[in-house]
This record gives sequence, C-alpha cells and structure tokens, in this order.
Amino acid sequence: MTDQQPNGAEIVIKALVDQGVDVIFGYPGGAVLPVYDALFKQNRVRHILVRHEQAAVHAAEGYARSTGKVGVVLVTSGPGATNAVTGLTDALMDSIPIICFTGQVPTHLIGNDAFQEADTTGITRPCTKHNYLVKDVNQLARTIHEAFHVARSGRPGPVVIDLPKDVQFAPGTYVAREDVVHRTYRPQTEPDPKAVAAAVDMLEQAKRPVFYVGGGVINSGPEASKALTELVRTTGYPCTMTLMGLGAYPASDPQSLGMLGMHGSYEANLVMHGCDLMVAVGSRFDDRVTGNLTKFSPGSRKIHIDIDPSSINKNVRVDLPIIGDAGATIAAILAEWKRRKAKPDRVALKAWWKQIEEWRARDCFRYEATDRVIKPQYALERLYAATRGRETFITTEVGQHQMWAAQFLKFEQPNRWMTSGGLGTMGYGLPAAMGVQIAHPDALVIDVAGEASILMNIQEMSTLAQYRLPVKIFILNNQWMGMVRQWQELLHGARYSESYSDSLPDFVKLAEAFGAVGLRATKVDELDAVIKEMIETPRPVIVDCCVDQKENCFPMIPSGAAHNEMLLGPGDRRESSVSDEGMVLV
Amino acid sequence: MSDIRRHTIAVLVDNEPGVLARVIGLFSGRGYNIESLTVAEVDPEVHLSRITVVTSGTPMIIEQIKAQLDRLVPVHAVRDLTLEGKSVERELALIKVAGTGDKRIESLRLADIFRARVIDSTIESFVFEMTGSTEKLDAFIGLMRPLGLVDVSRTGVVAISRGAQAL
Ligand SMILES: Cc1ncc(C[n+]2csc(CCOP(=O)(O)OP(=O)(O)O)c2C)c(N)n1
Ligand SMILES: [Mg+2]
Repeated sequence: MTDQQPNGAEIVIKALVDQGVDVIFGYPGGAVLPVYDALFKQNRVRHILVRHEQAAVHAAEGYARSTGKVGVVLVTSGPGATNAVTGLTDALMDSIPIICFTGQVPTHLIGNDAFQEADTTGITRPCTKHNYLVKDVNQLARTIHEAFHVARSGRPGPVVIDLPKDVQFAPGTYVAREDVVHRTYRPQTEPDPKAVAAAVDMLEQAKRPVFYVGGGVINSGPEASKALTELVRTTGYPCTMTLMGLGAYPASDPQSLGMLGMHGSYEANLVMHGCDLMVAVGSRFDDRVTGNLTKFSPGSRKIHIDIDPSSINKNVRVDLPIIGDAGATIAAILAEWKRRKAKPDRVALKAWWKQIEEWRARDCFRYEATDRVIKPQYALERLYAATRGRETFITTEVGQHQMWAAQFLKFEQPNRWMTSGGLGTMGYGLPAAMGVQIAHPDALVIDVAGEASILMNIQEMSTLAQYRLPVKIFILNNQWMGMVRQWQELLHGARYSESYSDSLPDFVKLAEAFGAVGLRATKVDELDAVIKEMIETPRPVIVDCCVDQKENCFPMIPSGAAHNEMLLGPGDRRESSVSDEGMVLV
Repeated sequence: MSDIRRHTIAVLVDNEPGVLARVIGLFSGRGYNIESLTVAEVDPEVHLSRITVVTSGTPMIIEQIKAQLDRLVPVHAVRDLTLEGKSVERELALIKVAGTGDKRIESLRLADIFRARVIDSTIESFVFEMTGSTEKLDAFIGLMRPLGLVDVSRTGVVAISRGAQAL
C-alpha cells in the first residue's frame, strides 16, 4: 500500500530530509528505538554514533558553527536527555542553532517516575531557546518544522523536541516544510532606515571610533563578514572582535585590533576605553568584555546592532539601538554611507591611529622567548605558521590554552574558529572538532586542548576511530589546570588547591589505545617536526606538547577592573590589582 | 536605588502547556520580582491567554523584563500598562472574618462602607467578596484584622488600558 501513513519515527526522518539534514549525532536507548529503526531502513540521513550525549550536542555545534546549518542531535530519555543538558546550555549561551530530539516514556506513563523518565521539557526549559513535548503524532511534522524555524531564525539557539515512545510508533499525517508557517515567531531582520541614517550621522562625526564585533556577525553568515569588512575599510576605522567574533574581520588586516576583553589585546581594550563612538555589532557587552561596568568606556556614544532586543541596554546603556540582522544592518549602513559620499574626519582619524599605533607598539602578547622549555605561546605560533594557507578549522577546550589560541592563531574568515565562549565548557573542543570534520572531511581540523579539559570527553577518540575522522588534538600540556592556577596565584595567595593535574595518562599510549597516532614534543627543537608529522598524518592524532608549567596568560584585566587597568605581564602584578568587589566576580 | 518603580505588564500568550512555567521561570531565573501574576484564557477560539504581571525594578530592569518576555516563542504581545497611557487595575479578594458580638457587627458595617458583598455567612463568620484597587483591598483587610480576620484569598491584579484601543 503506497498511501499508508508513516509512523512518528518515519515522520521524524521525512521532516529531517525535508529540512535538508544529511547528518545527525546521537546515541540510542529504549525510548528512541523506533527512530533508530526508521534510521536503519533509509540512507538519506547519516547517523554519527558518539560515545556520550554531551559530545553529540557539541559535535552538532561544531557542525553548525562551521557550516552555518542547523546541527541535529538524537538521544534517549532520562540519562540521555540529562547528559545533553551541558551541550544545550553551551549552544544557548553561544547562540548556536541546534535541534535535539529526546526520547520520552510513552504518554500514558509520563509523570509516573517510569524507568528512564525525566521531566525533559522542565529540565531543558531554561537551557533552550524553546522546547516541545509532542503528544499527538499529527502535530509532529508541524512541530519539527516550527522547531527548525525557531532554532535558525532571529538569535539562533537550541530547541528540544521531546518524543514519547508511543508517538514514535503511532501512524500520522505528514505535513511538508513549506506548509508550515509559525504563527508568531518572526524576528525583525531589516533595520529601521531612520536608525541607519542616525548611525551614519554618528559615524561621520566620530573622532575616535571603533567597531566592536561579536558572534552575531558570524551567525548572520559569510555575507555579513564581507559587508563588515567593506564598511571597516571604507571608513578606515579600527575593528576589534570578541572571542566569538574572531574571523568576522580578517585578523591580518592592519585595521584589526584583535580580540578585546579580559585576555584581549592592550590596544583593543584601550581603544574601547578611549573611543568617542563605539559601534557594537552582534556583540552583547558580556562581562568578559566590559570589565568593570561603571568604568566602561566612559566617554563614548554607543550604537548597538543586534537581532535580539533583549541584548540592548541589558548591561550597558546605548545611545542608538538598531534591531536587525547584523549583515542586513551593516549593508544598509554601508549603502547609506556611500549614498551620502560620507567622509571620516581625516585629521581626527589620523591622530587616533597614531595613538593606537603607540598602544600597539607595547606588543602586549610578547612573552619571554627561550630554548629551555616550550612556551605555550611559541607552540601556537609554530602551529599557526605550519597551518597557514591550508583550509584549517580550530576548536578549543577551555582554559589558558584557549585564550592563547585566540591571541596567537589568526583567522581570516568566519566559521573557522569554534570555542565555548559563554558557558566555558571544558570538554567542548574534541566533540566539536568531530562535528567540524564530518562537515569538512578534507579540511585540517585541530582541537587546541589542555591536558585537563581533554579528559572530559576523551571517550570521543573512539568515535574518531570509528568514522576515520583525522582530527588533530594538540594538547598544551602544562600539567596544571592552568587557568585555575593562574587565578589562585593572583587572588588566593598562590594556594594551589586541587589544580594540579595529577596522575595524567600517557597521552601517546592513550592515542594508540584508541587506534590513533600519539606524538610528543618536550623540547623546543622537536616542536616543528612533531607539528609537521601531525599535519601530514591522515589519521586522528594526539600531540602531547609539554609546555612551560608556570606560564600565565597576559594581558589580563583582573576581575572588577577597567579596560585601562590591564596587567601586561608577570612584572606588572600590582598587589592591589583586585578589589574586594572584584574578588567575588567569576 | 531610588528609581525602582512598580509596573503592570500585560502579556498575550498562546495557551499551551508550559507557557506559565516559561514566564515564571524567566522571572526566577533572572532574579526579577513578581508582586502578582494572574492568568486566564481570554480567547478560547484561538487559545490565547492573557497574563497580567505586576513587577518592580529600575527602568533598565523593566525594559529587560519586557524584552525577555517578548523573546519567549509563545508570546504574542507585551505591553507596559504603567508606561503606555492610562489604564485601570482591579483585584478581587475573598475575605473570611470570624467572630461574634460587636466585632461581627462592626465588620459588617465596614463591609457596607467598602461595598464588599457577603457571599457566605454562618452564625460566627462571614465571607466577603470585594473588588477594587490593591490599595482599597489592603485597607479593608487591614481593618478586618482586629475584627477576626482568619483567611484571605486574592486574585492579584488584572488590568486593561482605558479607551478604545486593544492590546
Ligand atoms: C566543565 C568545566 N568544569 C570546570 C571549569 C573551570 N575551569 C576553567 S579552566 C579550568 C582548567 C583547565 O585546565 P586545562 O584544560 O589543563 O587548560 P589550561 O588552563 O591548563 O590551558 C577549569 C577547571 C570549566 N570551565 N568547565
Ligand atoms: Mg593545563
């Protein structure tokens, strides 16, 4: 019979195909077996079997962030769903579009404390952009299409669809993607032309301007980065990027000031402090960026371009909010600037750049060069030199190595840099790299890791082996939870409570145990050869790069301090650098 | 901070499971105040519910609350009735007063002045129903306290703008 109705599980697959999904990341269990059965009977959607549900979500994040598509996850009820929570929260904080299907006990058992039951919609309500519990199979297709719409439009984010097992078995009606329009959810993407004109007025009048660019530009798509680059170059104004915004503007361009914020560049932070016009594009005045709010950029007028109205005036009062898609808004500003044949204030701009060059001349990322021990910064410089010009994607774990990666690896394009910014999730990098490699099978994908973070999702080595994903894990092994140690040194009288990475595995043997290649560099003169071998090996590789254990990450804006109160290096450690109010900050 | 003000916000939402939990979770998760919250379906045909929430905060916090509410997917409209022109606010209370003798007579006399209705009575108790502004209800309940107040149930504020405009 050809007109037989599909069951819920088949509807899931049909809807995925309809949405253009060709790969999903998941882990089976009792409550999703019908969907796994439907997967088995088809070959349009590929399933990647991870080794932990958290990794499924991070893999989907890596996939999404490197392609601009929605990442899709499938997990079982109860522990499957709760294991996914960290990944969902990560995706929410960094605005990554994810659809996560969770199995659920049959509808008649919901609320009975049934085996592997969890209140998944309850648990995930605060860590998703939206979630659904589908109780009627005839609503399933519509719900899935709606969920994709919600996940990818406006400020993107994760959406959970909880699927009771009986709904997966029940036959129902399929509704096609084009037949579903969301009743209410239609975020504003086109900016108000009046606001655009006002922005150009302000841009024309500026004497000390700066563009402060965040992940919203990346989320808006590569066209947004192109438009931004053109606007920055046309105006001649400086541009700094947040951790999430790296790649939105080419790092090698002289107008780039690099990253700003707690471990950002001296020049970027001083420009933010001293500017008279700040143009925030797809950035959210996060506390890692602003430092002490009361001392934040005291003399500037501020324009804030964001697709999420709730980001506006949340932390910092702005003079001109523009609600809209970053790309569309920048393009509109650029068009208006050109239409007016606007000119920057040449004299003021020249003086501004002269000041900026003086700050830049401090060479704030400088570190003590030595051949005694591998400095982590040096290792990353060599890694960058070896990967330049290749199609390279970088993911990171969380800690000092992450900040050094942001400082020393240069991104010329968007979608090449995936890191856990908002949540700061150790264990993100390896699974994210898996997702990136799935999307870009021939690219060089490197997870810059710390020895502590990598152990948080090390089981995914097995996934790399199964799918022959040649991901490279470059561990900057300092034998410490370096970032924790650095804070203890600075704030807690160097009492290194539980921050030593004791009883580490032999990472070379560990790699081999998982069928990967293990390499180690302990001396400066071994480094280049190890990096070369890593890159040339067409298999998964772990590099155990043994680096200086004592190195700290500078510059640093201590908690509670302002942009112009940065510490530039170990010699710059003022005793009173952290105030009492600063101590309580994270 | 001295610029903390009380605002009445009306929210039109899809009447679907979990929508109230979303709204309440937003307030508790972000540390906003709820002074009162009422909800009921107002359009059964399209399943729309109206939530009236009374909250307080600085202008910046109030702006955040509205933007965060508006961001919830099932939310259709968010209106700040305190800021947008004139509105009327009412609350309903059921007030149980127990006692005999003079106190009982006095409570009845005050109820009359306040235009509270008696909707249940026994020899030793009354239940009054009263509608009015929050302040009026507060005042009446305050007067009932020494007269044998034993129980109060209040709806919280419902509000609507004056004039011909809909939400
Ligand atoms: C899941 C999780 N737990 C704890 C932390 C707190 N934390 C931040 S950095 C860090 C240490 C990371 O150590 P390592 O991976 O070795 O990186 P390093 O700082 O040494 O480069 C810790 C514990 C975190 N960010 N994420
Ligand atoms: Mg470490």
